[in-house]
Amino acid sequence: MDFKGSDTLPGPRTEDRLPHTAQAAVKIVIVGGFGVGKTTMVGSVSEIRPLTTEETMTQAGVGVDDNYGSETKTATTVAMDFGRISITEQLVLYLFGTPGQERFWFLWNGLFEGALGAVVLVDTRRLEVSFDVMGRLEERGVPFVVAVNTFPDAPHYPVAELRTALDLPEDIPIVECDVRRRASSRDVLMTLMRFLHSLAMSGALT
Amino acid sequence: MTPPQRQRRQPKQQPLAPPPAKEGEGPNPERLYVIGGEAGDRAALDLVTLIVARADPAPCATPEQEALIRLCAGPLSVAELSAYLDLPFSMVTVLLTELLTERLVQARAPIVRQEIPDRNLLEAVMHGLQRL
Ligand SMILES: Nc1nc2c(ncn2[C@@H]2O[C@H](COP(=O)(O)OP(=O)(O)O)[C@@H](O)[C@H]2O)c(=O)[nH]1
Ligand SMILES: [Mg+2]
Repeated sequence: MDFKGSDTLPGPRTEDRLPHTAQAAVKIVIVGGFGVGKTTMVGSVSEIRPLTTEETMTQAGVGVDDNYGSETKTATTVAMDFGRISITEQLVLYLFGTPGQERFWFLWNGLFEGALGAVVLVDTRRLEVSFDVMGRLEERGVPFVVAVNTFPDAPHYPVAELRTALDLPEDIPIVECDVRRRASSRDVLMTLMRFLHSLAMSGALT
Repeated sequence: MTPPQRQRRQPKQQPLAPPPAKEGEGPNPERLYVIGGEAGDRAALDLVTLIVARADPAPCATPEQEALIRLCAGPLSVAELSAYLDLPFSMVTVLLTELLTERLVQARAPIVRQEIPDRNLLEAVMHGLQRL
């Protein structure tokens, strides 16, 4: 175990500490292809300087013939950006931006399982890169909204056309955003929360 | 220009159960990955479980334990501990399991998504976001 220099003790800056009253946390996951703006979004709404957590995944050499019949293992490190928003003195919201290689997203134990919901960020120049992750969220019953991060040279589709292309039911919100702007990222999160709230309300009625 | 077309998927009956391997399909490459190498007995810690120290570090604590205890003088999520210590998440959970067993730190469990979501919780998050 190597720590980076023992003189400089790692830790949060004073302003990045949580109050002692913080009792519980919730999380939202932001997914989308490489370069779609996940890190930018986390950074624009986070109250702390965005941090990175990582996980090591070991691939066992199953079915691979290696030299001496010993088990080969390949370790891959997957890094994930995250930020934080204090909701109340007791409640904290964390935002996680998924790492580049999608096949790892759902292996990161508990990343999606406990999340309130997810934001699928899409770039209309490469819509298809988000198809698989939407399907996986659907399979796992993780509620999500779609946010179109608008890049200047990207094709602009009317929402109805996007809904058809993404094969999304009427109730799943599709919104446009500019994740570089805090207010715009905040509005995306609000859209997700309102959607989750409406799901909770309809669940209570049935 | 027409956008590419996706096809909606249905929720799986048992979302947490691994899909049965079909004959002739070969191993699913994803199933070959295990997280964090050898897993011992670990406390069920989420990325957003808040950890807070109970007492000053005992003199016998290892340097890693001491660094962790010092970090959580105030509450911090496991994700933040992992980031500040520059250690993988699973390694931090191993260290924390020891500290939890020795009752040197306390864990404040996250609020996770439920079958019937807690409306008060959702409303609290909305109010918090509105103030942003
Ligand atoms: N024009 C424009 N550029 C953006 C926007 N969002 C992100 N970018 C840029 O796109 C690049 C990739 O964004 P990043 O957040 O790192 O994407 P990630 O890979 O999804 O984390 C960065 O250089 C951003 O500055 C946006 O809304 N508009
Ligand atoms: Mg990124």
